[in-house]
Amino acid sequence: MEAPSDELDLVARAKSGDSAAFSALINRYEGKIFRLAMNITQNREDAEDVLQEAFFKAFEHIDQFQGNSKFYTWIVRIAVNQALMKLRKRKSDRTVSLDEQIDTGEDMVVREVAAWDPDPEERFSREEMSQILSEAIDDLTPIYRTVFTLRDVDGLSTEETAEALDLSVPAVKSRLLRARLQLRDKLNRFFKRKGDDAFAYM
Amino acid sequence: MLTCKEFLSELSDYLDEKTSLELREKLQRHITECPNCWVICDTTKKTIQVYKGMQSCTIPDDVHARLMAAVERKMAATKKTE
Repeated sequence: MEAPSDELDLVARAKSGDSAAFSALINRYEGKIFRLAMNITQNREDAEDVLQEAFFKAFEHIDQFQGNSKFYTWIVRIAVNQALMKLRKRKSDRTVSLDEQIDTGEDMVVREVAAWDPDPEERFSREEMSQILSEAIDDLTPIYRTVFTLRDVDGLSTEETAEALDLSVPAVKSRLLRARLQLRDKLNRFFKRKGDDAFAYM
Repeated sequence: MLTCKEFLSELSDYLDEKTSLELREKLQRHITECPNCWVICDTTKKTIQVYKGMQSCTIPDDVHARLMAAVERKMAATKKTE
């Protein structure tokens, strides 16, 4: 994902106190940050809080932004931290972390193999599809849905995702693979071609 | 020939076209000979495609309005204290 060429200029102006430049940065990224926050927190109110807190923090600390990464990667990192804090508050009995140990192998099991229609989404209305996709992604653990959102929905590279989440590249890759396989598994029951015999695999 | 497990562990890099040419050829050979892995590869690719196509990043108007109002208040307060 290429940073827009005027971004450095906007950041420089925002650093010197130009509020219009900071507002322009908000307008550019608020939608993506809100979507990311929704995907992590699964709650509109929490996502809105995360959105506001992320931009507040960015505003307060913009002088610390070095410019050696993209502004978006920087604000994603702030937003992810805020979103995880929200989750921790809600689930005070469970540690929510991006680098928690991953079960080896078990979450990579492919439960069912069945071919899908060439355009499975045509079987459902837009609303139904949106419901199916959001329920499937909400079912993933925070680690997986965050990595999947950044890599496959937002289009960040593996390296940018690693930087935004403070994870190693191999850690991002292994989480992404598991997230993709788990989502595939969840969508399978909606999208598999009717009449196909499903059979166990591995 | 690669095992199914080996194929699966390389699936993401294969879909992202990040493997070496040599490994890519091995993976391609595997899916031409293993219908299960072909299906997994195809359906995982579609999974990524449907998410890419569906998840909008349009912010609801009310959320946008509250964010801008909150940030403007913050900016005004910062200016006053300077």
